Amino acid sequence: MPEHSVGRWIRPVLVLALALVLGACGGSGYQTKGIEGLLPDLAFRLTSETGEPLTAEDLRGAPTVVFFGFTHCPDVCPTAMARIAAATEAAGEDLDGDLQVLFVSVDPGRDTPQRLADYTDFFSDRVTGATASVEQLRELTKRYRATFGYGEPNEFGDYNVSHSSAMYVFDARGQARALFRPSDSVTAMAADLRRIAEG
Amino acid sequence: MNTLVTWLQPWEPSLPVFAACALAVSLYAIGMMRGATPGFWPALSYFAGVALIYAVTQTHYDYYSQYLFSAHRLQHLVLHHLGPFLIALAMPATVLATALPARVRAWPRGPAAPLFGALRRVYRILQQPFIAGVLFVGVIYFWLTPEIHFDAMLSIDLYWFMNWTMLLDGLLFWWLIFERNDQAVTPRLSPGRRILLLALIMPPQIALGAYITFSGQNLFEIYDVCGRAFPIDPLLDQQIGGLITWIPAAMMSVMAAIIVLAFRLQGRDSDA
Repeated sequence: MPEHSVGRWIRPVLVLALALVLGACGGSGYQTKGIEGLLPDLAFRLTSETGEPLTAEDLRGAPTVVFFGFTHCPDVCPTAMARIAAATEAAGEDLDGDLQVLFVSVDPGRDTPQRLADYTDFFSDRVTGATASVEQLRELTKRYRATFGYGEPNEFGDYNVSHSSAMYVFDARGQARALFRPSDSVTAMAADLRRIAEG
Repeated sequence: MNTLVTWLQPWEPSLPVFAACALAVSLYAIGMMRGATPGFWPALSYFAGVALIYAVTQTHYDYYSQYLFSAHRLQHLVLHHLGPFLIALAMPATVLATALPARVRAWPRGPAAPLFGALRRVYRILQQPFIAGVLFVGVIYFWLTPEIHFDAMLSIDLYWFMNWTMLLDGLLFWWLIFERNDQAVTPRLSPGRRILLLALIMPPQIALGAYITFSGQNLFEIYDVCGRAFPIDPLLDQQIGGLITWIPAAMMSVMAAIIVLAFRLQGRDSDA
């Protein structure tokens, strides 16, 4: 029947068209996940680990890796911070410019600026800690399509926090460029950091 | 009270979705006021369909759809299956047409006739049973391809694009299944062909749902990357999502087949 022959070509054409639409986003050539055009520019207003206000403008001029976590985090955060510290170390060796990492705590109830400063110092000098009120953090995480939630406290008052496990990489102008997932290797992260730092 | 207000507020306000729902409700209401008598059950079915679509996209429920795979699957079940199913079951074309001014109703025969003719041809191609069935299953598979799903959940524009394709394809498909008007533009299939089509779309949905449910690995990394709405075991979230893709989605085919049969019997009674 004629409609069957039409059906045979219409679907591949449709899938191809949609794939092209999707393929146009994200950017190519990244060893991690390219996110050009998928996420908005870096913009925020936080309180840094020194207790001073910190905005995205303060971080312009060098690529910035943003991670949302909390210092009581037992596994995901320390692993992620160790990985990004290693990747920035590896990428930074051949670079003239700087690379910076922003650790945004989504647990302002427990993470004071002092606690954040102690935590980030442990990993690397490149890492800065910051946090804000829960409402401000909601706005910020929502902008990057991330979220966080709190579990029920146990008898010691400890509670779990669900949060994004990704690292968002912005270039020196604050444009979203790549997303590092837990499955990405340190080598791939370092290669993409170098690429983003070079322009 | 505060909780209710929070729940009614959209997580991600979307003007097109809001406008489409408002237009759908007001046109139907105006149609009824102008003398269209759809009857109680069709009207209830229509409004319930629109309300469900609104509820999963423009209330706080949408927050969970974005940050839990299982909630996302339920959202798509409503957008692609249940909501359009209820709307198409009500066959609202007559009521909606009554709401339109005579001038607007004359558009297809006016200067824009060639445009309407072209639209009608495209529509009739999309509504060929084979194409309609492939599209219905195809959009589910397409958006559940892990890499594509990742981008769709990451970019807010792609997210809305995905939801619109689900909704529009759902409307097309269920309209084809429930069309009862001889003069309509939609191809009028025999009850047997409708039931065959409903049966044929079941196995691929069951296969996909079962694959997701029984997959031992985390297929949709995006929910870990973006964080989940609350701490929940990723595999449990995925299993619930798989079950929603599998069982209620396939059940809708069975329900639709029963309704198609009931219409057929009703038609016979009225012929006699």
